[in-house]
Amino acid sequence: MRRLASLVMIPLLGLTFAGCASSDDTTTSLRIAATSSLTEVFNDIGEQFMQDNPDITIAFNFASSSDLALQISQGLPADVFASADVKNMAKVTDAGLLHGQPITFATNSLEIVVEKGNPLFIDSLAQLATPGLLFVTCPIEVPIGGYTAEVLRNAGVTVTVASLEENVKGILTKVALGEADAGIVYRTDILAAGNSVTGVPIADNINVNPLYVVGVLQDSRNQDASQRFIIFLNSEQGQKIFSQFGFGPA
Amino acid sequence: MTRQRSRQSSLPWPMLALAGVSVAFFALPFAGLIWRAPWSKVTDILSEKSVGTALWLSLETSLITALISCIFGVPLAWLLARVNFPGRSFVRALATLSMVLPPVVGGVALFFSFGRRGLFGQYLNDWFGIRLPFTTAGVVIAQCFVAMPFLVLTVEAAIRQLDSRYEDAARTLGASRLYVFRRITLPSIKPALVAGVALAWARALGEFGATITFAGNLPGTTQTMPLATYLALESDPEAALILSLLMITVSFVVLVGLRDRWLGHQRNDLVS
Repeated sequence: MRRLASLVMIPLLGLTFAGCASSDDTTTSLRIAATSSLTEVFNDIGEQFMQDNPDITIAFNFASSSDLALQISQGLPADVFASADVKNMAKVTDAGLLHGQPITFATNSLEIVVEKGNPLFIDSLAQLATPGLLFVTCPIEVPIGGYTAEVLRNAGVTVTVASLEENVKGILTKVALGEADAGIVYRTDILAAGNSVTGVPIADNINVNPLYVVGVLQDSRNQDASQRFIIFLNSEQGQKIFSQFGFGPA
Repeated sequence: MTRQRSRQSSLPWPMLALAGVSVAFFALPFAGLIWRAPWSKVTDILSEKSVGTALWLSLETSLITALISCIFGVPLAWLLARVNFPGRSFVRALATLSMVLPPVVGGVALFFSFGRRGLFGQYLNDWFGIRLPFTTAGVVIAQCFVAMPFLVLTVEAAIRQLDSRYEDAARTLGASRLYVFRRITLPSIKPALVAGVALAWARALGEFGATITFAGNLPGTTQTMPLATYLALESDPEAALILSLLMITVSFVVLVGLRDRWLGHQRNDLVS
């Protein structure tokens, strides 16, 4: 019985604290909805930002850009939206849910991802067309799927696809487990994956550079704190953290 | 008939009220789908070739899964219910583990076992050249892993509740265990068997996580309706709504049809 009581009490306590935090004027709680490819870098950015701004606490909500765009249109409570592409940001802007214009704060590039140690010795996009090679990507609608198609088109390579994964993590998992031979993902994902996969660079003249864009949502009651966060992203300090994680400058 | 009616009128109202809430809880999400569906585009979306391909693949794989679950699941249910062997509860827990596992984790576990580099799959690959991930067979494996426990649990419960004296009597009259199972056990558990097959089939039809993880997603080969629906949500939310409704309609028709055809008769038999 006491166990049951404590089980009920814990969420209740949580509610009380959450209530305190939002009604307290001295600290602002910022809710940031960000694309999952920013998970690692934003956790660092957030820590640094909160150190510099003790009056602001940050809570991140990471999911795919398209899921977040859909959730925001369904009333997801958030102050800031950071998208991995312009297209999903446009969905939010076009619906009139963004305050002002979105701002670019980082760029990325693509790399071929292969199994650890590159057992098939893949060193060019052309090799991805090898018959029997298991190549995995995402549907065109998912940002990485669109970029992959663009890079392959630039290189004039046609591949046979074994599977259209739901997101970048699906590609990475299948390649890391050795079940798929290759895929194309963001350079930063390969860095974040550490030792579990190997990356093969793509020449600059055929590579693409996805833009990461951010904006404050119309319904945010913390416009000021949100603006400060966005300014921090493009500050010298913020950009240094992005480059540590393999992102390019805005 | 009269007895049933009098029983109905004496139902306590708090139970009725709570049951009503349950009905509303199940009905409202479907009402929401119907409410939001872009009805003017239904014919356009449904006439797309990719929809037919995904629906057909879904029906094909889920029916094969139901059949396989039946062939392997019923003997397992019988073993768990009727044979007392050491480690029985362990085996039962093992057979139902995939029900509590997040399907995506199940998919990864399938990689480790049946994948090209898996515990068992590497030999399939090296010795026979059989590769399960990214194939239709892989879809069936993923569905069986997730759906079969529903049949096993349902059938096991039914066999346990069966009065074993009929089976014992038949045994003393010289019937073999297999004969007793075929002529006495099986006919008596028919309603539970039908329910179990229907549950397993429905679960297989809706399977998403293990399938996309283990079998991947490719139209015509491994893209079942749930996968097509989920991915349409990214690109064309209106199409996703229509696809969801199509899936619901198909399942609903089959489940209601099954119940009336099989369980309806069975119940009448028992009453008369």
